[in-house]
Amino acid sequence: MEQASPVRSYLEQTANPNNVLVNIGPSHPATHGTIQIIAELEGETVRSADVHCGYLHRGFEKSAEHHPYHKIIPYTDRLNYCSSLNNNFAFAGAVERLLGIEITPRCKYLRTLLSEYNRLADHVTCIAATVMEMGAMTAFLYLMTIRDYIFEHLNHLTGARLTYSYVRIGGLARDLPEEWLKRLEEILLFYERYIERIHGLLDRNRIFIDRTRDVGVMTQEQALHWGFTGPILRSTGLACDLRKDIPYLAYPELDFEVPVGIKGDNYDRYYVRMREMDESVSMIRQCMLRLPSGPVSVNDPRVTLPSKEQVYTRTEALINHFKLIIDGIQVPAGEIYLAHEAPNGELGFYLVSDGSERPYKLHVRSPSFAHMGGMHTLLEGYQVADIIATFGSMNMIGGECDR
Amino acid sequence: MIQDLLIHLVFMGYAIAFMLGLATLFTWVERKQSAIMADRIGANRCYIRIPFTDIKLVAWGLFHGIADGAKMLLKENFTPTTYDRFCYNLAPWLAAVPVLLVFAVIPFGGTLVPGNLLDIVPFPHLAQPLKDFFGARSYQMQVARLDAGILVVLAISGVGIIGTILAGWSSNNKFSLLGAARAASQMISYEISMGLALISLVVTYGTLDLNEMVRYQSGILYGALPTWGIFMQPLAFLLFLTAAIAENKRVPFDLPECESELVAGYFTEYSAMKMGLFMLSEFIEIVVVSALLVTLFLGGYNLPWLTDAGFAFPNGATWAMPQPAVVLLQVLTFTVKVVLAGCFQIQIRWSLPRFRYDQLMRFGWKFLLPLAALNLVATVFVRWMNL
Repeated sequence: MEQASPVRSYLEQTANPNNVLVNIGPSHPATHGTIQIIAELEGETVRSADVHCGYLHRGFEKSAEHHPYHKIIPYTDRLNYCSSLNNNFAFAGAVERLLGIEITPRCKYLRTLLSEYNRLADHVTCIAATVMEMGAMTAFLYLMTIRDYIFEHLNHLTGARLTYSYVRIGGLARDLPEEWLKRLEEILLFYERYIERIHGLLDRNRIFIDRTRDVGVMTQEQALHWGFTGPILRSTGLACDLRKDIPYLAYPELDFEVPVGIKGDNYDRYYVRMREMDESVSMIRQCMLRLPSGPVSVNDPRVTLPSKEQVYTRTEALINHFKLIIDGIQVPAGEIYLAHEAPNGELGFYLVSDGSERPYKLHVRSPSFAHMGGMHTLLEGYQVADIIATFGSMNMIGGECDR
Repeated sequence: MIQDLLIHLVFMGYAIAFMLGLATLFTWVERKQSAIMADRIGANRCYIRIPFTDIKLVAWGLFHGIADGAKMLLKENFTPTTYDRFCYNLAPWLAAVPVLLVFAVIPFGGTLVPGNLLDIVPFPHLAQPLKDFFGARSYQMQVARLDAGILVVLAISGVGIIGTILAGWSSNNKFSLLGAARAASQMISYEISMGLALISLVVTYGTLDLNEMVRYQSGILYGALPTWGIFMQPLAFLLFLTAAIAENKRVPFDLPECESELVAGYFTEYSAMKMGLFMLSEFIEIVVVSALLVTLFLGGYNLPWLTDAGFAFPNGATWAMPQPAVVLLQVLTFTVKVVLAGCFQIQIRWSLPRFRYDQLMRFGWKFLLPLAALNLVATVFVRWMNL
């Protein structure tokens, strides 16, 4: 049977011959090397667009089937690499639910705090990329400064700037270093000072409004139809947020709002993210105030390594240590779907266990992948320049989209 | 005769050195100014090591201009397979040369009497040979003294766009072609408003000669304000500034080369010094546009109340100065004004996001053009009433 080549765009057959087909990406400054947009242009207007993703496919789901649970954690870092901690916590949450483990209160609050902190970094990156692609370099550099402070700070905590691998099944790798919370408050103040500048540079800037208002409009029905989640869905006016809808971690105890947009255009996506960052900062402050003391990891021999002192003095602890290192965590048979509100939307882990130390199947419901399915509707009918602006505001992250 | 030739050679050398020097300086200013705006340190990695020592001259990163030039010259000159090799090679020159030519008609100083240059030196026997050689000849400090200077500016600056279009067309690349198409339409829509703004200025000054225009701006308005174009024609100033930045193809009007959509626009397929010529012409254009702004609207080489004989303040006080000092002061004034105007353009470039193509067209045709026309009508009316 004659089959169409999957790497050729269908537009090559269907496009109007009078129009120009332009291949934007994957080697294009605005597509991060991870996506290809084939656009049919009539003059400067995009008549139709074909979005190809998959350039960063690494076989994450298949690799996960061959690794013990705790060795999957570094792989989850590389899903949405702008907010690795959120991926870490969602994955650990799924495994813990299957194991029936209740994490300690301090761990719960720390994970909430770090989720919001990393959400801050992710939104900052997304807005920075969007405005840079519209030519606002100074705003971009302000936002990157914030992000760099956050990364340095997380580096102090986790030992890495981007791929933290900070979670452990049943807890966290280590407790907070000294003075970490003090520095956190400094960075939040710094963030507030800098984000004021962004508001000043962009919010009422006529050029910025013209570029973003009524561009890449998505109606609520369309957004739901294409399975959009996160800030993009909220920008259409639907207050759908997993932190409110199915509260997890410490979210039920925190006081926060879910900002929504009006029109679902680029400006709303920008502003929803800006407001969400403010909410995140408020949540981080609440977590700092309420942070309970106590251990960060559960005292459960199935998942937590015994202390070194015990390993050297007690046979059972030594055996436990070896069993955990060599055999890994034995997760009871069963299946589970657990979703967290990642910065981009619903990040779900569907985990099937056959009772061994490796998952039988691990599927990731990544928000970017769903967004890419419907992205052509946001591009068609607008200008070439809007492709880049809209694409930036979608915050497509190759790592989690292509897995 | 030989004296004229000599003086004009000096003027030409000065003009070219002025443009290339300031263009190189602006590459550095752009780096440093944007760094200051974004709370960064900016370029500081280039240095010259004094031979046989460990002393490194960083000089606030000033040597980055030299490093840029050396890099451009030494890079591989990659050429794409194109069907129009002649146009491809011609385009960078067509973009760079007209920009340099525009400066020929811009006066960068007042009247120079070379015979008097050494008058301030207290040794008459040194000054005498100069006096004998040049006699009482006096020169306008300008490469080409044309009585239709402003028309030459418009004519020549319009040629530059041909280079851009040729580059986009002959590169055999869709992004380049899109950039060239954008450049062409942008150029047409802004040249008209720019021309109309300039016509209202011509009506005000009553001359096409740039030198006469500058002379006109040495007057005093309402007893205190200098009669600079910016005070005589504030709206024309704003229109010209906008149109000039659009001509310059820099943010917020950098659509022909916007890196996020069109990779590098019309010079995507250029490398090494060919690309360097495009970049250099962009920076020279900043200098030329600033020089035009200064000449037409900011009093040119005039300092307020400075005449050829020295300062004459509005309260009647005077401060006589020797002629060489006045010339030097005028040249310096011009240079400082150009640098400040250039810094202002860089400030704009690093503050604003860019327009979209259709918005730019709408802005040019539906906003700037009617305003420029209205301004012209109002100017003509006022002028007619005053006659």
